[in-house]
Amino acid sequence: MAETKNAPLVDIRHLKKYFNITVGAFQTKPLKAVDDVSFFINKGETLGLVGESGCGKTTVGRTILQLYKPTGGEIYYDGKPVKTKRDLKEFRTKATMVFQDPYSSLNPRMTVSDIIAEPLDVHDLCKTKEERRERVLELMNYVGLNSEHASRYAHEFSGGQRQRIGIARSLAVDPEFIVCDEPVSALDVSIQAQVINMFDELQDKLGLTYLFIAHDLLVVRHISDRIAVMYLGKMVELANAKEIYDHPLHPYSKSLISAVPVPDPKIARANVRIALKGDIPSPLNAPSGCPFRTRCQYACDKCAESMPEFKEVSAGHFVACHRTAEIND
Amino acid sequence: MSLLEVKNLQTSFFTDAGEVRAVNGVSFNLERGKVLGIVGESGSGKSVTAYSIMQILADTGKIVGGSVKLDGQELVGAGEKVMRTVRGNKISIIFQDPMTSLNPTYTIGHQLMEAIMLHTDRNKQQAYERAVEMLKLVNVNEPERRMKQYPHEHSGGMRQRVMIAMALACEPDILIADEPTTALDVTIQAQILELMQSLQRELGMAIIMITHDLGVVAQLCDEVIVMYAGSICEQGTADEIFYHPCHEYTKGLMRSIPSVDSAGTKLKPITGTPIDLLNMPKGCPFAPRCDAAMKICIQQRCERMQINDDHAAACWMNVKAAMERQSDEGEEA
Repeated sequence: MAETKNAPLVDIRHLKKYFNITVGAFQTKPLKAVDDVSFFINKGETLGLVGESGCGKTTVGRTILQLYKPTGGEIYYDGKPVKTKRDLKEFRTKATMVFQDPYSSLNPRMTVSDIIAEPLDVHDLCKTKEERRERVLELMNYVGLNSEHASRYAHEFSGGQRQRIGIARSLAVDPEFIVCDEPVSALDVSIQAQVINMFDELQDKLGLTYLFIAHDLLVVRHISDRIAVMYLGKMVELANAKEIYDHPLHPYSKSLISAVPVPDPKIARANVRIALKGDIPSPLNAPSGCPFRTRCQYACDKCAESMPEFKEVSAGHFVACHRTAEIND
Repeated sequence: MSLLEVKNLQTSFFTDAGEVRAVNGVSFNLERGKVLGIVGESGSGKSVTAYSIMQILADTGKIVGGSVKLDGQELVGAGEKVMRTVRGNKISIIFQDPMTSLNPTYTIGHQLMEAIMLHTDRNKQQAYERAVEMLKLVNVNEPERRMKQYPHEHSGGMRQRVMIAMALACEPDILIADEPTTALDVTIQAQILELMQSLQRELGMAIIMITHDLGVVAQLCDEVIVMYAGSICEQGTADEIFYHPCHEYTKGLMRSIPSVDSAGTKLKPITGTPIDLLNMPKGCPFAPRCDAAMKICIQQRCERMQINDDHAAACWMNVKAAMERQSDEGEEA
């Protein structure tokens, strides 16, 4: 495993996605959902992406797969840029997505086998009907669905099983890289654990690389090799999963990690939470400089003037904060 | 006498497909100033238990048996007139979704004052003052300006604060919180839980916390009830439940949550899917999913058995083992 985890498979440089929002009758204003985000994902690795709602984590996932057209920045896959339509078509046979909501992401008019085979049909990957059927059954087997489920419709399944169908669909083109957008947050605890294990097993078996987007930090900590934290469209910290949990450097990561409810009464009662003031500002009126400064207890004048650079402070540990050195003595 | 005594509560929904026993023989006592957590997955009957206490069930739902006593007064069958004096005054509820539980066409102030004027004999001016005071209590900044705003102008966390302010405006003895933080982000969740905790200490009310998040339970609750398929599988103090779980379902739940140390290892999930309430088995409802199920589990349902003063469970294997272990310890001591 160690060797395969070295080369960056996905390399994102200065990714930007602005949405134009109508304000007033004739005016639009850019909403900076993702603003200058750079990171890479190694082959065979899981990168967890966490942050609160509205921080742009889902937009990052969708923009990488170009479900949204990026406003700026480059996406390199396996060393090659993804730019032209032809690049994109090829890229999409290697990179797929699992969506958050297992209820709205499956077409209620299609049978399970048609849902799973849709990517095969789009990319023309199966020559005969027989081949297509075999492939669908193989995929269903991967995700633990019975072959007799193939002719049923999505509404006949529970949330956990629907998510399995969604995962089977994302595996159809035999991808190397999967963007998992909150794939377990709509599921019950016991089902969630089954699906998390399945992601683990599929990764071992098929050598997959994941971008795992979630807001549940315990889940992300469990599944990820490295974790990136986003706030208001910017990436504020990125490090090894254990490192970021044990020694978070950015004030936002610190409070985020301290806010996780630990399922152990003694630890939970002793836990000192770093409470944040107020709510996330609207991304339409993002604060100048560092986006976190309005809620940060360490904010100073410099934070209002300029956005801190996202730089490596120790091996593999990136953080964007002017006062990293001062507040982590 | 306990503040709230629920005995053998049974609630069914009468649907076209048949009778769904959503709550099937739930009993518990709630003392003044305590926090009780009810944990379970979707469909376990935790919310229906709360709605039955408040008697705010949907039209198809009906309490078919059992009793709910508030301060010694029987509520089941007491009639709508009595319930109207109970709801809001003595028991308040906050719902999961702060986005839909406020009326979008009225201002926050209007809705708060309406609740206050309905339940107390304050006049408009007094109600306004009380509403502002309540908003201050739940840490809403600029309460006077917020009073004039509509729900869509507030964030999710802010709306949940308004809901809490409304629920607490008449100083109820019991606050039922039905997944109050599930729709919120972690940092906002931490703010709301902290707020509930400090209000509970300040006002001395009892809280029934309904949640699927064991982390929230660990942080907040004195006592815990674990529900599965409409009945209680285990009940006890938080420490007992977390450190000495005595039901296979509770154990399975604990194993299913990723912890800080579980990275790199496999979780041990509960196999299978939750049970269909229309086709309940004869024996233990959890037996079809239980790895440790024995013959008796399939044939006969285990009644609730007391393990010690702080702990009761309904699981054939674990209860016997726990009791033996305790009597051994007792002899040794």
